[in-house]
Amino acid sequence: MTATTKLNGIAAVNAAIARAMAQDPKVIVLGEDVADREGGGVVGTTRGLSTRFGDERVKSTPISEQAIIGAAIGAAIGGYKPVAEIMLMNFTTVAMDMIFNHAAKLRFMSGGQTSVPLTIHTLTGAGVSTAGQHADHLEAWFAHAAGIKVVAPSTPSDYFGLMLSCIDDPDPCLMIMSAMTLRTFEEVPNDLAPIPLGKARIVEEGGDVTIVAYSAMVLTARKATEALKAEGVSVELIDLRTVAPWDRETVLASVRKTGRAVIVHEALRNHGVGAEIAATIQEELFGALKAPIRRLGAPYSPVPFSKPLEAAYLVQPDDIVAAVRSVLG
Amino acid sequence: MQQTPVSNRPLPGPEVQRDIYRRMVRIERNDEAIRRAIKLGRLQMPYYSARGQEVIPSAVSVNLNQDDTICTIYRGIHDMVAKGMPLRPLWAEIAGRIDGTCKGKGGPMHLTHPESGVMVTTGIVGSSMPIANGLAWAAKLDGSQRVAIAYFGDGASNIGAFHESLNLASVWKLPVIFVCQNNRFAEHTRYEVGTSVDRIAKRAIGYGMPGVTVDGNDPVDMYAAAFEAVERARAGEGPTLIEALTFRFFGHVFGDDDKYMTKEEKAAAMERDPLPLFRARLIADGIATEGALADMETAIAAEVDDAMQFGLASPLPPIDELRRDVFATEIA
Repeated sequence: MTATTKLNGIAAVNAAIARAMAQDPKVIVLGEDVADREGGGVVGTTRGLSTRFGDERVKSTPISEQAIIGAAIGAAIGGYKPVAEIMLMNFTTVAMDMIFNHAAKLRFMSGGQTSVPLTIHTLTGAGVSTAGQHADHLEAWFAHAAGIKVVAPSTPSDYFGLMLSCIDDPDPCLMIMSAMTLRTFEEVPNDLAPIPLGKARIVEEGGDVTIVAYSAMVLTARKATEALKAEGVSVELIDLRTVAPWDRETVLASVRKTGRAVIVHEALRNHGVGAEIAATIQEELFGALKAPIRRLGAPYSPVPFSKPLEAAYLVQPDDIVAAVRSVLG
Repeated sequence: MQQTPVSNRPLPGPEVQRDIYRRMVRIERNDEAIRRAIKLGRLQMPYYSARGQEVIPSAVSVNLNQDDTICTIYRGIHDMVAKGMPLRPLWAEIAGRIDGTCKGKGGPMHLTHPESGVMVTTGIVGSSMPIANGLAWAAKLDGSQRVAIAYFGDGASNIGAFHESLNLASVWKLPVIFVCQNNRFAEHTRYEVGTSVDRIAKRAIGYGMPGVTVDGNDPVDMYAAAFEAVERARAGEGPTLIEALTFRFFGHVFGDDDKYMTKEEKAAAMERDPLPLFRARLIADGIATEGALADMETAIAAEVDDAMQFGLASPLPPIDELRRDVFATEIA
């Protein structure tokens, strides 16, 4: 029996970086407060790494997101595999030029002569009273840039395995760590294999309706799935795990079987990832659909502070149950 | 501002001076050929000519090795040519051809050639600096003596990336040199309209690094400043900001009407064209003969002509190149 360790998402990402650093001296870490002198990251994602691997490989930075990502890009084209922490996803917007115009495009613009094997990990997510500038899910921004992969896990094992794949990937990857997913602990095998990017996980098999979710909304959808099960509804729940590139094959195979799809994400519904998935499903499976595709996401509003507003901003299990009922007609 | 007394300045020897001139001529002939090809409709591209700024990268590059790296900007072909980028793939690239450095996918604003140390060319003002830091960091982690150069203009010293980059380079003591080519105009905006200090080099004080203003059109002064900065970086003493004063002869983008500058100002700058001035100085100082320089110029003209013919004759890229190099492996 393989040994396991009880981890949450943060500890899982920490363990994955540590394993990658132990295996490959080219893996380096940078970001605000990431060294142990500064506490090993504001929530401890990089705790212990500078003590174990030294201050040259694990460097705390000034609060300079452009400089962080720029240094990571330069080190990456110089032969390293940087893991950069951008404390919160809203702060990636300050470094957008570096991420969008440079990290994502240098391989293509150089005709394949340079590459940017960079991993950025970043915290976000509503539900923890952090309001308008500390909680946005901006994955659609990055998914809309050709040249960057976007990962949004929901379980400790997936955080571990997907982080390993991100670090090992020859191209830039963005790892989104959503607040509500980080409370769950799980026994994770110490020798867990990397989980391939772009492969969804079928959380629950079922025949009546397909729910596609990722990140925190997988947890919400699981609650909805339990409630629906009690009503005799058989749900196939897919955790997308990677938003870009997303696993079309798994999603299309499921909807081909069920004929019904409900897509759920925490980000704004308007112009969200759900629109891309819904459009693809109707392009590929128009004749097989038994009901219109439903999309659930945040209402058209910034993330609010006040508790009842925040609850109304987030998709709740009941919203998913209602959407599923509506497609079952 | 750190000022080295003139008498102690490192002077370029005769061979180095001829090398600086050779690089300047390659830049100038190449620039002229590009402008001509655009006028004749043989090239379709936005062109940010650096005519008039030849001295700066030439005098920097004679202090560099092949594996030292540069990050430059859209007005940067002179920087690349000075660093040693071969002209044939350069021409194929600006013509959008498959034999280009980037298979025609980057174009004039994104020319890249790691073999000659040209790692990034950016079309975004200020963005050469953050990435040069990373190349310098990699050089340091490698335990190498390599240095990284960030080229940028005076306008870029007013964007946030300048501040973040110089601060980080200083606190990490990176082997990077920030070479600001101050050509007096940020796009169409005159220097003093947009910049809070009379000398950009003064800003170095705020980052705890040496800052020096030099005549970027004087090969000897420029060489000395670059020599000292490169030595300092290789010795692990950290970054330097060099402000090199210069002037661009053909406006912001080739073809603009120059209405934002006076005719007299432009004429005066062009009268001090660094090419003929340095040429005459080499001959007067007995560093080169008229005949030797003429031979060099003829050979360079032939090289540029050959590169142009090669580039324009190269095939256009096949359409499947559109999906290649987005990632290492193609994704649907």
